[in-house]
Amino acid sequence: MSALLEVRGVTKSFGGLTAVSDVTFDVQAGSVVGLIGPNGAGKTTTFNLITGNYRADHGTIRFQDRAIDRMRTHKIVQAGIARTFQNVRLFQQLSAVENVLAGRHCRTRSGALGALLRPPWQVREEREAAARAVDELAFVGLRGRAMELAKNLAYGDQRRLEIARALAADPRLVILDEPAGGMNEQETEELIGLIGRIRARGITILLIEHDMSLVMRACEHIVVLEYGQKIAEGSPAAIQANPRVIEAYLGTEEV
Amino acid sequence: MEQFFQQVTNGLAVGSIYALIALGYTMVYGVLRLINFAHGDLFTYGAYLGMTLLTSFLLHDHLGLALALVVLAVMVMGLVAVIGVILERAAYRPLRESPRLSAVVSALGASIFLQNALMLVYGARYQVYPDVLPQTTVSFLGQQMPVMRLAVVLVSVTIMAALYLFVQKTKVGTAIRAAAIDQGAARLMGIDVNKVVTIVFVIGPALGGGAGLLVGLYYGQISFTMGWIYGMKAFTAAILGGIGNIPGAMVGGLLLGVVEALGAAYLSIAWKDAFAFLVLILILIVRPSGLLGERVAEKV
Amino acid sequence: MAARTTTRLAVGYALAAAFIVAAPRFLDAYWLDVLNSVGLYVLLALSLNLILGDAGLFNMGHAAFYAVGAYTAAILNTRYQIPILWTLPASAVVAAVFAALVARPVVHLRGDYLLVVTIGLGEIVRIALVNDVFGLTGGANGIFGISRPMVFGYKIRRPHEFLYLIWAFVAVTVLLFHRLEQSRFGRALNYLREDPVAAEGSGVNTARYRLLAFALGAAWAGMTGTLYAAKMTIISPESFGFWESVVLFLMVILGGSGSIPGVIVGAVLVVVLPEVFRGFASARMLVFGLVMMVMMVVRPQGLLPFRLLRFKESDVRRAGASS
Repeated sequence: MSALLEVRGVTKSFGGLTAVSDVTFDVQAGSVVGLIGPNGAGKTTTFNLITGNYRADHGTIRFQDRAIDRMRTHKIVQAGIARTFQNVRLFQQLSAVENVLAGRHCRTRSGALGALLRPPWQVREEREAAARAVDELAFVGLRGRAMELAKNLAYGDQRRLEIARALAADPRLVILDEPAGGMNEQETEELIGLIGRIRARGITILLIEHDMSLVMRACEHIVVLEYGQKIAEGSPAAIQANPRVIEAYLGTEEV
Repeated sequence: MEQFFQQVTNGLAVGSIYALIALGYTMVYGVLRLINFAHGDLFTYGAYLGMTLLTSFLLHDHLGLALALVVLAVMVMGLVAVIGVILERAAYRPLRESPRLSAVVSALGASIFLQNALMLVYGARYQVYPDVLPQTTVSFLGQQMPVMRLAVVLVSVTIMAALYLFVQKTKVGTAIRAAAIDQGAARLMGIDVNKVVTIVFVIGPALGGGAGLLVGLYYGQISFTMGWIYGMKAFTAAILGGIGNIPGAMVGGLLLGVVEALGAAYLSIAWKDAFAFLVLILILIVRPSGLLGERVAEKV
Repeated sequence: MAARTTTRLAVGYALAAAFIVAAPRFLDAYWLDVLNSVGLYVLLALSLNLILGDAGLFNMGHAAFYAVGAYTAAILNTRYQIPILWTLPASAVVAAVFAALVARPVVHLRGDYLLVVTIGLGEIVRIALVNDVFGLTGGANGIFGISRPMVFGYKIRRPHEFLYLIWAFVAVTVLLFHRLEQSRFGRALNYLREDPVAAEGSGVNTARYRLLAFALGAAWAGMTGTLYAAKMTIISPESFGFWESVVLFLMVILGGSGSIPGVIVGAVLVVVLPEVFRGFASARMLVFGLVMMVMMVVRPQGLLPFRLLRFKESDVRRAGASS
């Protein structure tokens, strides 16, 4: 059986700089996979290639046996891949619940005419979408902040709100870009619990993270990038013992 | 052939004026990422100030034509530069940290204000420059053309060359280029960004005001609303060359002038103003970074 | 708090409606005509607000869509004798299709680039009208002899009759646009304004919604063009110039971008204040420019920025209960 996500020989350069070079890895359905590497290793670029924000120069990306490397971003979301951003991109002037409703957008269908005429099915759809959004807020522990504008939330809460927005899109795979960035120890602890609960819903997770204790505890498979190339791949224990990985991290970050 | 020659030289003359104005747009955009909508009006102020100084002091009676024109140019450019600096302090500096839209609205407000202030002082009618320049023609490449046409091109090109050297070779010029690339980094390197902005708002308006004076002298007729159409075309020239790029503004201005002159002559004069806008839209669709600009990937 | 906002808004609309209905009793024909212009500008500003306020797309060529609607109505009416109000749907469709076509290649451009491009589009349309494009627009003189509108066999002619026609259209528009902003469609436009990358990354087809915003805003401007043609019976290119687009832009920004009541207040002030200060006719534009600069420093969010919370606390509670 093929993997949920297959990244095969993907390359991307900007001008003369090759950000990602011939990277290949799989994400198995139901797993939690970590993508790690020093700053500038090409991790976020890899994410942006999967989500269609960038187009790969070479290589293919397949999701559920379907090529997605030429699809536009919103189509990829519809296909079942939702994401969060490294530097939190929420809709700052909108309330938390409206932010989560953005994730529902691709699973609902009423348009301008429906909005103007308000037929019963449209009213029902709105009500169901709102109910789901509130559920997702409760899932990440933000039920009480539903009416708060996103910009007024604490940083850790903003990160969790982004996760709720991604989950509302009914993804099969969520991609988290540094979910623990800017979080304190207690918040990180809660995040590890949250990742476990997302996984328990049958949703596969691919994440970038610099917090190595989180990666080692939460992920069962790790892919290591350096200078745009994959230098290692394997279980947490195998990665921790891998001499190339230790070398790559020495002097730049502590493992 | 003769018509073609006349149109091309005519286009170069108009184009060099576009280029002078475009430099102001491009330098301000380079440093502040702001379209200075009031820049076209500073150009108009140059034209009106030039007319007033010329008629009230009768410079050419006292100094002789050549010297009078130099003194006039210095005075006009200096005065418009002062207006430019005041404009920046009043309308743009308070909004430096605000969203782009606020600065755009403020710029439009400044444009409306400047235009109507001019109308209140001079009235809404066309104004005419006094006849001080010789109407002689010269022979150039075997064709006859007005000496002023050649003079406009030569003066503009000289000024632009001087600006280019200033920006490339001097310390202040380096500071301007650094601030255009990355304001934050420039500040960390000890560059006073506020000072750079002030310098840009001296140079840009001075060149724009100078262009206004040239238009007054060359065409003889000026109006308080002319800054809008000249400004739009100069902005097109700046985009055409690559906004933020100084040689680009020069190339864009000259190119636009020639395209417009040829389009008006061979296609349709009634659509003359539409050509510039069409060029603007096409360039933004096909190559938004302009002819000389670099492509930049947008960061996600 | 949200409930109080809704109540205040309802009271505001009721008072405004009462004022309009009673206006012919205490206002002379001149001021009724001012109210008619206010109504048309409210419609135009609300239609621009969809594009500029809700979706955050800097459109400074909105007068072009208004012109396309007005000319569509005028041409159908004078050449094919179609009753002027029957041309409303045609004006809406032609303006919407035109907007979608011209916006398609440029709509992805960054904020101020889009602004400049739309200025250019507006000017090209005006120049085309002056040049009697396709031999249909009558050149600089425009089109005259447009017939008066008929409503249920009754000919609309005098200012107070137009007052009711125009403001009925305003009332319907306000109702519909409030529905729009509290819907999936309206939210998608807001996501686009707040952060296009995040919107696309959440599954919103941003390219499509940019075009839809333009098309819907243009459709409404086009219908307003029909009303304008019916009221004036003569239209010419000078009514649809760059200045018109600037004025509409300002109504939205000064009133409160994205806020329906704010935009209405913006339109009222921009039309009525110059009428009040007619004595200072020559200096009023000067003051206008000054106000724009000062506003951006002291109150950049506009005079009346409040928006209805799309989801009230009660909605959330009900949603929580039903799940």
